[in-house]
Amino acid sequence: MTKSGALIHNLDLAAYLRQWLVMSDIVPLSFQDLILTLHDYWGKQGCAILQPYDMEMGAGTFHTATTLRALGPDPWNAAFVQPSRRPTDGRYGENPNRLGAYYQYQVILKPSPPDLQELYLGSLKAIGIDPLLHDIRFVEDDWESPTLGAWGLGWEVWCDGMEVTQFTYFQQMGGFDCKPVSGELTYGLERLAMYIQNKDSIFDLVYNNATADRPAVTYGDIFRENERQMSTYHFEVADTDMLFDAFKKATAECESCLQHALPIPAYEQAIKASHIFNILQARGVISVQERASYMGRVRDLAKGSCQAWMEKNGWAV
Amino acid sequence: MDGKEWVGSMTDFLLELRSEEIPARMQVKAKEDLARLFNDALAKSGLTAASVEVFATPRRLALIATGLPVATEAVSEETKGPKVGAPPQAMEGFLRKSGLSQDQLVERDGVYYAIVEKAGRQTADVLAEAIPAIIRAFPWPKSQRWGAASVSTESLRWVRPLQGIVALLSDAVVHCEIDGIVSGAETMGHRFHHSGPITIGNAGDYIEKLRAAHVLVHFSERCRIIRDGAKAAAEAAGLNLVEDEGLVIENAGLTEWPVPMLGRFNPAFLDVPQEVIQLTARVNQKYFVCHDSAGKLANAFVCTANIDAHDRGAAIVAGNEKVLAARLSDAKFFWEQDLKVALGTQAQKLAQITFHEKLGSVADKVERVAKLARWLVTKGIVTGANADAAERAARLCKADLVTGMVGEFPELQGIMGGYYARAQGESDAVADAIRDHYKPVGQGDNVSNAPVTVAVSLADKLDTLAQFFAAGMPPTGSKDPFALRRAAIGFLSLLLQNDLRCSLKDMLVATGAGNSFDTLEEFFIDRLKVQQREAGVRHDLIDAVFSLGGEDDLVRLLARVKALQAYVTTAEGANLLAAYKRAANILKAADGVDSAAPASADLVGEELALRAALDAAEPKAAAALSVEDFEGAMAALATLRAPIDAFFEGVMVNDPDQDKRAFRLGLLTRFRDAVTQVADFSKIEG
Repeated sequence: MTKSGALIHNLDLAAYLRQWLVMSDIVPLSFQDLILTLHDYWGKQGCAILQPYDMEMGAGTFHTATTLRALGPDPWNAAFVQPSRRPTDGRYGENPNRLGAYYQYQVILKPSPPDLQELYLGSLKAIGIDPLLHDIRFVEDDWESPTLGAWGLGWEVWCDGMEVTQFTYFQQMGGFDCKPVSGELTYGLERLAMYIQNKDSIFDLVYNNATADRPAVTYGDIFRENERQMSTYHFEVADTDMLFDAFKKATAECESCLQHALPIPAYEQAIKASHIFNILQARGVISVQERASYMGRVRDLAKGSCQAWMEKNGWAV
Repeated sequence: MDGKEWVGSMTDFLLELRSEEIPARMQVKAKEDLARLFNDALAKSGLTAASVEVFATPRRLALIATGLPVATEAVSEETKGPKVGAPPQAMEGFLRKSGLSQDQLVERDGVYYAIVEKAGRQTADVLAEAIPAIIRAFPWPKSQRWGAASVSTESLRWVRPLQGIVALLSDAVVHCEIDGIVSGAETMGHRFHHSGPITIGNAGDYIEKLRAAHVLVHFSERCRIIRDGAKAAAEAAGLNLVEDEGLVIENAGLTEWPVPMLGRFNPAFLDVPQEVIQLTARVNQKYFVCHDSAGKLANAFVCTANIDAHDRGAAIVAGNEKVLAARLSDAKFFWEQDLKVALGTQAQKLAQITFHEKLGSVADKVERVAKLARWLVTKGIVTGANADAAERAARLCKADLVTGMVGEFPELQGIMGGYYARAQGESDAVADAIRDHYKPVGQGDNVSNAPVTVAVSLADKLDTLAQFFAAGMPPTGSKDPFALRRAAIGFLSLLLQNDLRCSLKDMLVATGAGNSFDTLEEFFIDRLKVQQREAGVRHDLIDAVFSLGGEDDLVRLLARVKALQAYVTTAEGANLLAAYKRAANILKAADGVDSAAPASADLVGEELALRAALDAAEPKAAAALSVEDFEGAMAALATLRAPIDAFFEGVMVNDPDQDKRAFRLGLLTRFRDAVTQVADFSKIEG
């Protein structure tokens, strides 16, 4: 046996041991191991493991790897973590169940494979959820994104009554029929980790694995101050005049990109406008009647970008 | 086996359409649709089954038909064609339709017939065609495409991806294929309790083979297990289950192997109003709630798992307890935060909420409703209420819309306002009015008789209706986005059950929404007809009274309609109606009728009798009407029945003598007008 062969063998044994400990409920996965395990699992299913999109966005669905890649006929299989910002959900780090910024684990498989549910359940087993010990259920929940002009049918997946994943078969994106349909899985990482680690507060989640001389840190150690400051900023400080102006500029920039047939930069401006709108919402300066019109403008930008993407690829009718 | 030996024998058929999880709310209807489509397909081929039973679980829709003939009988179908000598176009059309040539037609009694002999078919062949057709025609409320085939938008649609088809006629697979899914004998058991496929032998062993694989195919059996099991779990803890058949059905639609289990929550959450706890448990988590022996909400719930867990459910209960606790702590947070803000302060925020872009903010609406509620009390339309209390309740009734709790649970609008008002020291009358002012919601909902509640509730509905109609936004066809029909029914229930006396027009004018409400009044009358249909009040009689004009006190109008109905449904009333119609027809044909035409000297007995009867009845009916004695008015009309019948029997109205004719037409005019004082008989059907 070669040296490298032995190394691989040892690594596999370590992985096996950890898996055994996890399955036996002896050592729950740390937050980062949860991500690494999902990466490992979906990587083995042939997914490209991508990095987060480097812009502020409300959900993994906004990543171009989902929105734009869900369009057109080409196969596409990817998984990634997407930091997701929801300014209105911020609670100054005080609420044990709510965050203004959190992490989604996103998987997209196009076309949706016939065994997508089985693959998904396999991922739950990989992170230590035994379906004969825990009650896993697929409960109707149709998905719609008014800002992306998108909808799909699917379920929220329950584990002992808690929603841990959104499972969707995309039917339309940017107003276009999905041909073929993609299967999208969105795991709420914090919720899953709270479940696996049996914690009552997000901030108590164990983030990493302690060693003899390096202690583990918690999710709160890393992100609580972030939650406090960002909540203050979003609710109290953000300069609304600047934001209204930025919204306008992003809109104009998007339209300019569309005129130059540049769907990706156009779409980035749409994402930017969407996030600015979310901050304005948190600031409480958008009235109920204005809300719909702002959302409509973001939707037009996103749809325009999708349209341009379809045209650029020669898919638009 | 030779097909011929089968002729005349009967067999059973099993169809299972297995898919990814079917939404619980769709399963009951899906069963009905499957049975209907299957029976239609059989009937089209001249087949009938002795029985058809349908099943639904989250992962399958199934059907067992018994007593099916194995083959259809040969039939001879005869279609009648054109007559001999009919124009050539008619013959051409008939030949095109029947696919025959003229020499193949049969002539009988001068008419051509097309006779098509249809050979008997194997039932298996009929089913092989029917199954894909049923799948394609299935009316799911929402359906989707999936998988590689979905590169085309024409690909198969199903409620969720369709995974497999079992089709067995007796022991043999009925071969069919749809979008790459081939029928067979294999299915899957419970998602977690059974791995690998199960081979079904025939319809007879389907249910038991699946039971062995932890799937209870019978919806009703799962319902029973949930109903009884939840009750038993509560009783074992010394509690009483709050029964909820909707939850039983929903949980049966979410499980193939239901296991009800009791969980607990921290009793500190019981400070939160019980509606909130119940709603969270029921709507968000699909849990039953329990009462303690004193009938109060207990800190326990029953959830329904889909597995027999190997730790007997300890982990599942613990998990569900945690989820509910998180939800209840959110609710408790909202409850405590909301209590800190006075409803009057919350109400100020309503200026920022649009009621409708043409109708201003919710604060504007509240202002109108407050004025109207006060008006209803000071005018004495709603009696027994304090006008200040009515106005106060109206000013606070929408304030809970801006509370955290109603933001989270919109279904609790009104209910939460009632709690907050009471906790903040408002009187019971005001708090009750805030709580109940949205009621009644639909027919059958409780109708309040608390005066302050009635005033606010009426004012709210009246304002909504008057404003939307005045702004030109009545419901049209099936579109009623502002639920105006429901508002009108609620308004009518409040008015009629509380016997509130007022002209509808006066009330509408008092809304300040305008001066002309003709379409809205007609809308109210239409709603009244709908509302009264269940009580058996005839819609034509409502028209007969309403079209007199001037009667827009709806309580009085309905009393009048009821008296009219009691009379016209008697034999005597029917005769009077017939006489009225006859008189009206004669008068319609005549011109220049004068009810005061002079009498000739030689009046016959029937004329004298009718005139005397009219002389007596007219003032009696008028007097009775003036004191709202509608039975009395009917009784007065009833005295005309015998004389008018005798009149028609013994007298010719259109006498050649113009004077006699004029007098008789005059009598008929008086008769018609006397009847019309009470109701427009021309609107009455029959």
